[in-house]
Amino acid sequence: MSTELIAEARRQTEICNACRYCEGFCSVFPALTRSKVFADGDITHLANLCHNCRGCYYSCQYTEPHEFALNFPAALAEVRQESWERHAWPRPLARLFNESGVAIAAALLAGFVLLFGLLQAFRPESGSGFYAYLAHGTILALFLPAFLLPLASVAVSLRAYWREIGGERLRWRDVLAAGASAARMKNLNGGQGQGCNFEKEDRYSDRRRWFHQAVMYGFLLCFAATVSGTILHYAFAIPAPYGLFSLPKLLGVPGGILLTVGCAGLAWLKTQADPALGAARVWGGEMAFVLLLGATGATGLALYAATGTAAVPSLLAIHLGCIVAFFLLLPFTKMIHGFYRFATLIVEEQKRRA
Amino acid sequence: MTSAYLNGPWDIVVVGGGNAALCAAITAAETGARVLILESAPKPYRGGNSRHTRNFRCMHQGPLSVLTNSYGEDEYFDDLMLVTKGKTDEPLARLAIRSSEECLPWMEAHGVRFQPSLSGTLSLSRTNAFFLGGGKALVNAYYNTAEDLGVTVAYDAEVTHVHLEGDSFRYLKARIGGETVRIEARAAVLASGGFQSNLEWLTRAWGPAAANFLIRGTPYNRGVVLRDMLDQGCESVGDPTQCHAVAIDGRAPKFDGGIVTRLDCVPFSIVVNRDAERFYDEGEDVWPKRYAIWGRLVAGQPDQVGYAIIDAKSIDLFMPSVFPPNRADTIEELGTQMGLDGARLAATVAEFNAACRPGRFHPTELDGLATEGLAPAKTNWARPLDTPPYYGYQLRPGVTFTYLGLKVSDRAQVHTAQGPVRNLWAAGEIMAGSILGQGYLAGFGMTIGTVFGRIAGREAAAHVN
Repeated sequence: MSTELIAEARRQTEICNACRYCEGFCSVFPALTRSKVFADGDITHLANLCHNCRGCYYSCQYTEPHEFALNFPAALAEVRQESWERHAWPRPLARLFNESGVAIAAALLAGFVLLFGLLQAFRPESGSGFYAYLAHGTILALFLPAFLLPLASVAVSLRAYWREIGGERLRWRDVLAAGASAARMKNLNGGQGQGCNFEKEDRYSDRRRWFHQAVMYGFLLCFAATVSGTILHYAFAIPAPYGLFSLPKLLGVPGGILLTVGCAGLAWLKTQADPALGAARVWGGEMAFVLLLGATGATGLALYAATGTAAVPSLLAIHLGCIVAFFLLLPFTKMIHGFYRFATLIVEEQKRRA
Repeated sequence: MTSAYLNGPWDIVVVGGGNAALCAAITAAETGARVLILESAPKPYRGGNSRHTRNFRCMHQGPLSVLTNSYGEDEYFDDLMLVTKGKTDEPLARLAIRSSEECLPWMEAHGVRFQPSLSGTLSLSRTNAFFLGGGKALVNAYYNTAEDLGVTVAYDAEVTHVHLEGDSFRYLKARIGGETVRIEARAAVLASGGFQSNLEWLTRAWGPAAANFLIRGTPYNRGVVLRDMLDQGCESVGDPTQCHAVAIDGRAPKFDGGIVTRLDCVPFSIVVNRDAERFYDEGEDVWPKRYAIWGRLVAGQPDQVGYAIIDAKSIDLFMPSVFPPNRADTIEELGTQMGLDGARLAATVAEFNAACRPGRFHPTELDGLATEGLAPAKTNWARPLDTPPYYGYQLRPGVTFTYLGLKVSDRAQVHTAQGPVRNLWAAGEIMAGSILGQGYLAGFGMTIGTVFGRIAGREAAAHVN
C-alpha cells in the first residue's frame, strides 16, 4: 500500500471534513462526514466511491495557490488507481500495463489479429458464415479461457478489496441500491442533475455521464448479444450468422453503435479535461483502454456491414483480436473500475445503514 | 500583458469581483450596458470573501427552494436587532430583508445552485439557503453568467484611485499587470470590500495587538478604494475602530483560512490564556450565539492567544477541526506541549473540576450544568476534565470583516457632504456597515451584497441607458 498516497488523501479528507461545502455533489462527502479518523481502508473506500466528477475541485476555496493545496479528485484518483494495482492478480502484470499500457494494448491487439489471420489458413472445409473462415472449435478454444481467466483474476482481486474496505455479507437490497446508482450514474450528475465539471472546468456538463452510459449500456447490450448467440447455438442449434431480426443482432447492433459512439465521446472528453485532476500517470493507459473498447464496437459493426464482401476475413481477424485483447487485459485496464466501483457502491450502502 | 482591451468605451465600471460586484455587473449587463469588472485578485482568488461564504439568509413567506417553513420580515429584523444591539439603519435593513425573498429565485436564474442545510447546520435550514459547493461555486456561476452577457473581467487589476469631480465620478486609475491605466466610464459601482486584510490599517484602528490577528478571508481587501473615497469626502458609516472577529484555530494561515479554521469546542472546554488562567464563561450560551464574541475575548488577552482544553468525553461533540488537536495523557503534559506552564494549567483545571457539580449534561441545549463558587463561572456544560487523553486547541482572533464603510442611500448611491454623487454606487461589504453596525448574522453579508449589488447595477444601468 502506498502510504504516501494514502497519507496525502487523508490530509485532504480531513480538511474536507472540516469544511463540508461539497456535501451536495456526490456520495463521497456525506460518506466522509461519518468519521473523524480515517483508516487506510476508509480512504480506499472513499477513493473508489469518487467518480472524478471534479465538482469539488472547481468549488474548492483551498486549491492551489492556497497553501492547503487541495486537489481532492486527483488525490483520490491516485489512491484508487493504486488500490487497483495493489489488488490486481498477478500484480506485476498490472504494474507493467499501467506503465506502458498503450504499447501493450497495441502489441497484444496486433498479435491476436495476426493469430486470427494465420488461423484462417487452417480454415475448415465445411462451415458457413464466419465459420467458413475460422472453425467454431478454434474460436471456442481461444475465447473460453480468454474470458474465464480474467474473470477469475478479478474475483481474487475483489475479494481482497472487499475485505480491505470493510465489506460485509451481501444483501440484496444493497445490491439493488448500488445498481440504481450505477444505472443512472448518480455520482456524475453533480447532485442536482446539472452534470459534472469534467471537460468544461467550472461550468457543468452532462456529456461525460451520457457518453459513459452509452458505453456501459452498449457494452451490456453487446454482452447480452453474445450470450443470446451462445444460447441460440447450443440450446437451439441455430448457428451464426444471424439475420437482422434475430436476438443477437437486435441487441448487438444498437449495442455496438452505443459502444462506439460512447467511446469516441469519452476519448474526446479526455482530451478536453485537465489531466492534473486525475491520476495523470495512467492517462495513456486509460486512453488506450477507451480506444480498444471503442474499436471492439466499431469493428463489430464494420464486420456486420461487410457481410458477403471480401473484407470479411481481415475484419473478422481484427474484430476477434480486439475482443481477445480486451478480455485478457481486463483485470489490468480501466475496465476494472466497473467491478471496484460497483463493489464500493454496495459497501457504501452497507455503511450508510450501519 | 496588454491592456488595450480595457480601452472601452465603458458604460459602467465595477470595482471588485465578489458577490456584490457580480450581481451589479450582471444586472447592468442585462440592460445592454457595456460593463467592465476590475478584480484586484488573480483569477484563482477571484471573488473576495464571497468565495468563503456558504449561505444566503433569506426572508420567505412559505417554503422556498431549499428553505423550510417561513421566515418573516419582523422575525428576520428582530434577529438583526439582537446581534447589532440596534446599531443598524432600519429602512436600509428592512429593504435588504424584504428584497431577499425575490433575490433567491434571481440567484437561481443566474446559475446559483442551492442545497439543503449542511450536516451540523440544521439550525439554519429555515433561515439560510446553502450554496451547492459553497461560495466559490456561486462566484464561478456568476462569472460564467457575466461572461455570457459580454461583461469584460480584468484580474490582477487593483484600483488605486476613483476620481470625483464635484458631484460626479469621472475616471479611475488601476494597476493592471504592472502598468497604471486610466479607465473612463459613465458610471461606477464600488464593491471592493472592507479593509480587514490591511494589517497596517487594522493596527492603527485597533492597536498593535492587531498584528497578531489572523485574517479569515481574502488578502485582497486592503481598503484602498474605501480610503480613497473617504479622503475625497464621501460620507462614512460604521465604527472605524471595530472589526468582526471570531476565535479560530491558532495554527490557521495568516490569510484565507476560511471556514475550516473555526473551532466549535469552546462550550465543552475551559479556555485559558497565556498564563493558564480562565477569563470568561465558556458556557454562556449555545455556540452559534457566542461564536462571534470569542474573537474579541481572545484579542483582549496577552499575546492575543487562548487555549481551549477538553477531555476525551467531549472530543466527538463538535465538528472536526482542520488541524489535529494537541493531545496528552495528563493536563500538565498537555500544557507543556502547548507552551503553557503545565503545573499552573493543572491547578486551573483542578480548581475548575472542584467547582463542577453533578447533573444532567446535554450538549445541544442549555443544560444549566454550572460551576459553583468559581470566578468566572461556567454556566452550562460544566463537566470536570477528568478523562484522558486530554486535548488542546490554540485559539487566535480571526478577523472576518470590518465595519467602517461608505454611507449609501436606499438606491445604493454614494454620498458626500454635498449630496449624492450622481453616477457612483456602492454595494457589499464596502457599505454593509450601514446595516450591520455590530455583530454578525450568518448569511446576512451575502444578503446585503446581493440586494445592494442588484440595486447598484439597476441604478447605474438606468443612469447610462
